[in-house]
Amino acid sequence: MSGLSTFIMVLEGFLGGVGVTVLVTLASLVLGVALGFGLALLRQFGRLRAIHFLIDAYCEIMRNIPALTHLFILYFGLASIGFRLSAIAAAILGLGLIGGAVTCDLFRSGFAALPNGQREAALAVGFTPFQTIFEILTPQALRIALPSLGNYAVQLLKDTSIVSAIAAPEIMFYARSMVTSSFQTTLIYVTVAGLYLLLGLPLMQAIRFLESRYGRLKA
Amino acid sequence: MNPLLSVTGLRKSYGLVEVLKGIDFEVAAGEKIALIGPSGSGKSTCLRCLNFLEKPSAGEIHLDGERIGVSLGRQMSDRQLAPQRAEMGMVFQLFNLWPHLSVTENVAIAARKVRGLSAREAQELALEMLAKVHMTHRADASPLELSGGQQQRVAIARALAQKPKLMLFDEPTSALDPELVHEVLKVMEELAAEGRTMLIVTHEIAFARDIADRVMFLDGGTIVEQGPARDLILSPREARTQAFLKQIRH
Amino acid sequence: MSDFIEPYFEYGKEWLPLLVKAMGTTALLSVSAFALSLVFGLLLALCRNAPSRALSHFVTVYVSVVRGVPLLAILFLLYFGLPGIGITFDAFTGAVLGLAFAFAAQVAELFRAGLMAIPKGQREAALAVGFTPFQSFTLIVLPQVVRIIIAPLIVTFVSLLKDSSLASLITVNELVLTGRAMATEYFLPLQIYLAVGLCYFFIAWPFSLLSRRLAPAVG
Repeated sequence: MSGLSTFIMVLEGFLGGVGVTVLVTLASLVLGVALGFGLALLRQFGRLRAIHFLIDAYCEIMRNIPALTHLFILYFGLASIGFRLSAIAAAILGLGLIGGAVTCDLFRSGFAALPNGQREAALAVGFTPFQTIFEILTPQALRIALPSLGNYAVQLLKDTSIVSAIAAPEIMFYARSMVTSSFQTTLIYVTVAGLYLLLGLPLMQAIRFLESRYGRLKA
Repeated sequence: MNPLLSVTGLRKSYGLVEVLKGIDFEVAAGEKIALIGPSGSGKSTCLRCLNFLEKPSAGEIHLDGERIGVSLGRQMSDRQLAPQRAEMGMVFQLFNLWPHLSVTENVAIAARKVRGLSAREAQELALEMLAKVHMTHRADASPLELSGGQQQRVAIARALAQKPKLMLFDEPTSALDPELVHEVLKVMEELAAEGRTMLIVTHEIAFARDIADRVMFLDGGTIVEQGPARDLILSPREARTQAFLKQIRH
Repeated sequence: MSDFIEPYFEYGKEWLPLLVKAMGTTALLSVSAFALSLVFGLLLALCRNAPSRALSHFVTVYVSVVRGVPLLAILFLLYFGLPGIGITFDAFTGAVLGLAFAFAAQVAELFRAGLMAIPKGQREAALAVGFTPFQSFTLIVLPQVVRIIIAPLIVTFVSLLKDSSLASLITVNELVLTGRAMATEYFLPLQIYLAVGLCYFFIAWPFSLLSRRLAPAVG
């Protein structure tokens, strides 16, 4: 078998995996960002001390335990007490819940970077606190958080590879099963590396576009 | 005639430090008042208490007969305060323009979201107000591209667009480079000539003398002396006022 | 609830030594890899500023490739792939190298930012009092760099500690793999993976707290 045809065969083997990798990345990105933004709002503008404490505890737990352990708890752990999740669902849920903690911090530092005068000026023209948060503070905080959100998205794409450990059929899972059947180990893993680099390109392009569109903002 | 604004027994403490120790004054419609005094005298705090950006510890504020910040004996939330704040335009020392919005949007957004004007009406109003502060030529710019003096003029237009009963100026020229002070003062002069009610915290004594009907000198959290602008600035009665004015002239 | 708690009392005595031993492996793995990544990272940062174009290009490419490729792909390539071309490691060495290569890129970026933050005058003053270039760097410049980047370095260490869990997938017997073996033996995956998560938390949390203490106050 020539090198090229082996390579093409390997690539074809990955096709199904690419779809799942993209799905898991995008779905957990959406879940993580939405959760993180909600938590950041509650933590930054909510008044209830108990909720602040709960959010802080949540973020600490998510941040100081490996994603792989979270996945095992969700997938194997919950199944043992009767909550059976599909591998893809567990992957999206796990990475999304962790992403909520990560992006909560990013949004919060975005809000914290805004001078108090921004809020005062909004109240002074007669905005309600709700309008102040959504018309004036949020658009600025989002822009400030954008570069670090971009880094998070790139990291997330790479992190989806670990969900192969719970047999979610994404790129790395296909790679691992191909390795056992073909022995083209080096070629397969080099291809995997190239594939992630390739998938990262449009993501980075999208981030660069958003940054050039909205990015230049120093309050 | 009833005064437009009346302030009685206004006090403000931060912890154990009392910054305002009982302030009383009235402002008639169309009157222009300058608040002067050394830094730390409480003049900015006094101004910021009027629209409750600082919550007073005691005292009453009435605008056009309506009690500000307190309803049925309870302090209002920021949400309840919103319509009352909309009646007072405020100009900050550091401009506080919103950098994610264009110049026009900075002026128009409150008209739309607070007063419920249509997008077109708000846009027209904004352009009208920008014309008043001679900033029409930068209507589409971002605030970040403007000089300090230009930013402050836009901030004045933003406050004017509220159609406020009263304009509050909190040291509007203190953060500006000296060569930019004049353009802002000129705009304020023009507003004064329109007969607006203005309350100005300022260090520009000459400006206060020429523009204000009345000057109040604050020191140590109380009004030490007040009177017609020329009288107070040219021949102050109190020793503390004399010392302050003498120091500022040198 | 008592059903859930009970196994901890019943098997705690058996589990604890296993987990403690695995924590030791995780700690040793993380510390070795981090030490190595500090060395690699510093070298990379210095090469990037080196006069040689080829060297600085190499660093740029290295950093962006490693940024785009999942750690798991790097680990698999090192451990399963390289034997195909005649290079073999034991699993632990492979994991240390893989983690070190991957995190060296992050560490290099930190050092680079730190180096840029030190004014030129610092080095010039050191040379002027008669220090050699090497002395100027190690005695004057580097200590200041470390002071600037110590907080993000510790955050990086926590990330590395968490990512060391991936070594389980190349058969290093650290916390997660120990957990998997225990889960198979006792059929209590939820209790066991939660305990594993707690073990990570106990190691990582103090460092997270420390990094926040050392971080310069924001705003």
